[in-house]
Amino acid sequence: MLRYILRRLLLLPLVILGVTFLLFFLTQRLSPEMRASLYVKDPRQMGSLEEVIRKYGLRDNVFKQYGRWLSNVAHGDLGYSPSANMPVARAIKEYLPATIQLAFVTILLVVFFGVWFGSSSAVHKDKWQDIAARMFSVGGFSLPIFVLGLLLLMIFYGKLGWFAPGGYSFHTDMVIHGGAFKTYTGFLLVDALLNGNMRVFGDVLSHLVLPAVTLCIGSFALMVRVMRSSMLEELNKDYVRTARAKGLPETAVVYKHAGKNAIIPVITLASIQFIRLLGGTVIVETIFDYPGIGRFGVLAAQQLDIAGILGFSLMVAVLFVIGNLLSDILYTAVDPRIRLD
Amino acid sequence: MLKNRIFKRIFTNKTSLAGFILVSFFAGIALLAPLLAPAQNKNNPYQLPQKSYQIAPQPPSAQNWFGTTEQQYDLYYGVVWGTRLAFKVGVTVTFFAFLIGLFVGGTAAYFGGKVDETLMRLTDVVFAVPSLVLAMVIAAMLGPDIKNMMIALTAVAWPSYARLVRGDILSVKQRGYVTAARTLGARGPRILLRHILPNSIYPSVVVASLDIGYVVLTAASLSFLGLGAQPGTADWGQLIAMARNWVLGTAQNPFAYWYTVAAPGGAIFLFVLGWNLLGDAFRDILDPRQA
Repeated sequence: MLRYILRRLLLLPLVILGVTFLLFFLTQRLSPEMRASLYVKDPRQMGSLEEVIRKYGLRDNVFKQYGRWLSNVAHGDLGYSPSANMPVARAIKEYLPATIQLAFVTILLVVFFGVWFGSSSAVHKDKWQDIAARMFSVGGFSLPIFVLGLLLLMIFYGKLGWFAPGGYSFHTDMVIHGGAFKTYTGFLLVDALLNGNMRVFGDVLSHLVLPAVTLCIGSFALMVRVMRSSMLEELNKDYVRTARAKGLPETAVVYKHAGKNAIIPVITLASIQFIRLLGGTVIVETIFDYPGIGRFGVLAAQQLDIAGILGFSLMVAVLFVIGNLLSDILYTAVDPRIRLD
Repeated sequence: MLKNRIFKRIFTNKTSLAGFILVSFFAGIALLAPLLAPAQNKNNPYQLPQKSYQIAPQPPSAQNWFGTTEQQYDLYYGVVWGTRLAFKVGVTVTFFAFLIGLFVGGTAAYFGGKVDETLMRLTDVVFAVPSLVLAMVIAAMLGPDIKNMMIALTAVAWPSYARLVRGDILSVKQRGYVTAARTLGARGPRILLRHILPNSIYPSVVVASLDIGYVVLTAASLSFLGLGAQPGTADWGQLIAMARNWVLGTAQNPFAYWYTVAAPGGAIFLFVLGWNLLGDAFRDILDPRQA
């Protein structure tokens, strides 16, 4: 186990170097002028790109340039992102908490509804509840999130006006940047609570509803499936029969006995899905104009902002690789039958 | 034998039958696209015809069955030729990704040792970033068009097939008949091509072909983000991207432009649904433990 973790930890930098080199290599297809923007910190420098190209040796071979980029990264300098109009490192610091917040709310929804639908589907196997839950989950799995997102936007913003796109309203924006609002964690929901400002909290939460519902649809299907099969398995075990034989009411048997055991795989799946969501928010954030890291990545890609693209990919790769390792470890912690080697 | 089981399973189960019908329906549309919607531009049939130069979408009518989207691109034409393009992208990407996966996975499994280790770490590198994000970044740097989108999709899809093929080959390699062939004096390439591959790739081919729905979904996502097919192309994702500007409708009628989302959105939903239903059936057949 320890050996496995160590091996994975040692491979981690290798994998991340591989990804960034691959992408760096691809950037060489672009002209040195375009790549010069990677090293421009002040928009005013854009006028004298030839100077920048010479200064940073953008016509050198790939390896030399990559080494230089890496040493900059090691010093915390990820370059300047024209698409976000700020240094990449600052953009990540600003946008990442919003995305984590979104993924967290989404995963709560996924677990809540997944467990609910999944267990009722198992308890009423082959009855209408089961068929409805399964149809809903396979349908949700096939509905592309950009179609669902547009439909929700049409109904809940266009027609009903309940939820608006964006990360927060104009009023909240004034409060946050007004000076009196202290930033503790960068997570707006947490900060609003710490500031005791319920109005900001409510506003930020209401802006999270549509993106979170849209984002949860894909993972929800998987969750229903896992919860259903896990619940069915538990319901067929001896201890459940014993509980029933003792004369316990059916709800106690299902929810206190079987449910507690059936939920284990759901917890592990939720932890894995959480990481997946972090990467999968690109579309949802674009549709709802949510100021998260995914939208930053998409804007950088659309505008060929190389510093932004490289910084974004580096960050996603680091998060994703560490997250996958953690969920592997969590798997073994929850289910001792699984061995890593 | 396996073939009989597959057909039996598909036709006895209602949901997998529905999947089969949906996929066949779309395949029919793709094949008959030139008849269903005669190409306007013979050199590039995927170019959407423009009905006029009005900007706002127009509702379904006798001339334009599904209505028109922004700039009067005909939605019916877009959905029909979009189906053909979806199959073209899905099949091409899956085919090449599988070919690369087969080559890499086969090499890794056959040589083992350092070669295996190196190639598998290479797949780790691609797996280190979510496939949509990586495809998005690659497509952006190659320049957004359909060909580069397919290259980006292939680049992120092959590693899973490489792992699949490698695992299958490693398990087949241990079988008695491979040892028998070796004792009879057969050499490396012959054993690999005649004995191991035919017995190991069949399940992988099935799994790969069922990924077509997923590939098309990712392709549509890229086009939606503006990193795949360009405006004016008969591509579902692109049509939905154009609908984005009109989802809020007008002040009096918020649903005024519902058809701009409904036509391409409905097509892609049914297409992916069909592949998913079919995929569920195949997974049950290939892995009876999960049924």
